[in-house]
Amino acid sequence: MMKELLETIAKALVDNPESVSVNEVEGEQSLILELKVAKEDMGKVIGKQGRIAKAIRTVIKAAAVKENKRVVVEIL
Amino acid sequence: MAYSIERTGKTVQEAVSVALAELDVDEDKVEIEVLEEGSKGIFGILGSKSARVRVTLKESYSDAAVKFLKDVFEKMDVNAEIEAFEDDDSVMLNIVGEDSGIIIGRRGETLDSLQYLTNLVVNKGKEIHKKVSIDIENYRQKREETLVKLARKLAERVIKYKRNITLEPMSPYERKIIHSTLQDNKHVETFSIGEEPNRKVVIALKHR
Repeated sequence: MMKELLETIAKALVDNPESVSVNEVEGEQSLILELKVAKEDMGKVIGKQGRIAKAIRTVIKAAAVKENKRVVVEIL
Repeated sequence: MAYSIERTGKTVQEAVSVALAELDVDEDKVEIEVLEEGSKGIFGILGSKSARVRVTLKESYSDAAVKFLKDVFEKMDVNAEIEAFEDDDSVMLNIVGEDSGIIIGRRGETLDSLQYLTNLVVNKGKEIHKKVSIDIENYRQKREETLVKLARKLAERVIKYKRNITLEPMSPYERKIIHSTLQDNKHVETFSIGEEPNRKVVIALKHR
């Protein structure tokens, strides 16, 4: 569910939604989500001073509360 | 996907009129693609070709906003209804649902993030930008009233004890409410210290 949520948000923000992919790395207590987007779309998911990335992380964290897990979003 | 129809006519203008009449909308609500120009041919008979156009209904800003939020809520496993109002320069969304706590987050952090992301999504690639604001169960209005009351109460305390008071960290929007509540106060002044997301408002005694 977390993976799909991140994909949905990222695809809505970028110009090349077909290049969006999310890889899940499951740890014991945490879940790492690795977000990949087209090179020219990096700015669209990071933003000035990381403002967009921060907003994305905040929404993902809110969703993770329900699943009782620590979720880390990494933008590659 | 956006809804579109293709129609023909003797001229491009005629084909467009037919399509607009059928969709029952004005021209500014659609995008028009000319597929075939059409030609009169010789003497208006021989080799005449009709014009063909594709007319596509533009997705409104509020439709785009509702669609994005619905997608996000579904993936968050959150039940919520979204009401949308749109005018010339803004879109207002009101969310009603039982999971409001999750959507609001600590000090409205999640709500602010959702609002910021929805603004980006809705205005992406658009010439005219509309400001999207999201409220949930009147949270923003209630929060504003709380902050105005808090600001006034703390200002009185600053005056009474002649000591500055630093508030808890707040979002830019919330700090603005504190600043504007006290901007006309003769005895105190306000300013912010620290870095986001821990920026705080200080209420201080005015120096004479």
